[in-house]
Amino acid sequence: MSTALYLLRSSNVAARKIGDELMIMFAQDSSLFSLNETAAILWNAADGSTPLADIVARDICPAFDIDAETALRDAAELAHGLAERGILQVGNQPFDTGSATT
Amino acid sequence: MTDNARPHSLDVGIGGVHVRLRTDSPDFITLMADRFRGFVGHVDAPDHVFDVDIVPVTYAEDESLDGITTEVRVLRDGPKWRLLCGDFDAEWNPGTRHGQVRLHPSPYSLDSVLRILHTVLLAEQGGMLMHASSVVLDGRAYLFTGVSESGKTTISRLAPPHAHLLTDEMSFIRLEDGEYFAYGTPFAGELATPGENMRAPLAGIFLLAKGTDNRIDDFDQGQAVRTVMANILYFARDDALTSKVFDNAIALAARVPVKRLTFFPDARVWDLFGPPA
Repeated sequence: MSTALYLLRSSNVAARKIGDELMIMFAQDSSLFSLNETAAILWNAADGSTPLADIVARDICPAFDIDAETALRDAAELAHGLAERGILQVGNQPFDTGSATT
Repeated sequence: MTDNARPHSLDVGIGGVHVRLRTDSPDFITLMADRFRGFVGHVDAPDHVFDVDIVPVTYAEDESLDGITTEVRVLRDGPKWRLLCGDFDAEWNPGTRHGQVRLHPSPYSLDSVLRILHTVLLAEQGGMLMHASSVVLDGRAYLFTGVSESGKTTISRLAPPHAHLLTDEMSFIRLEDGEYFAYGTPFAGELATPGENMRAPLAGIFLLAKGTDNRIDDFDQGQAVRTVMANILYFARDDALTSKVFDNAIALAARVPVKRLTFFPDARVWDLFGPPA
């Protein structure tokens, strides 16, 4: 992974922890989406300024006993998938979070 | 309270919220009084007042009332809400508690406006309208929800003779002093009959599935929230209020049992809903 990735939670969704489940609701149509454990880690860490590699090293590798390279590759794929669904934003630069909301 | 331009009025009270409709059309008042029978009656101080202007269906120069658009749009416009569809165009200011409606001369058009008004009011107060039939048995209200043809009307038809039908179509849920209550509504489905104008504490919400026997299965918290969210009537395109609706669904599912009811369509299903122990 040569390019740093940064994640930011989308502003037009609402997230709530229900039991062990992190549920995302899209404001546009009230549809619900349930995040698995890894996706929930990315969501919680997606502050717009922490590189994905740091999130992986800090939160994912210790939790899943996985090597950093594999974990980062899988996490990047997952992050892009969440971005395609509108749950996260993914960029190569830190996000300006001055006007961002969660 | 009427005005000179709209000398005729009708007060419609649903779920304890009284809306006064003022219009210049006595015929429309008669139509509405029949549509909302059981839920009309003069009150001295209505909660909201709507001036209703009837627009003929053939009035071709009215762009917003095209009579074709079926998509409901509910938009916040500063302090007001705008409620739009092909057969109505309404504006309502919650601050002044006053609204204006232009609509086609159909009871269904005003029915829609009132439903939408209540979705917004209830969302702010922790309640909701839900696609569900609701029945009161032995002083407790049971809601039955599900997709079309799942049996919402069927199970309400099968209720014991001493049960009370609140609605076969659109359930009205209010949060009052930390407890949820189901209210009767005039919003009718297949039965084409208004519900009884009464309320009861909400004892359970059941997602219907037809089967060969009668049984109740528990949901986990996530399934319960999904069931509630999937059946809430809600149209507003407003992030803050939508988040509130989400929180309302979570709170309701945490407080009121939400379960799956598999049932064979005969009266024995009601044996599962005996009086509280």
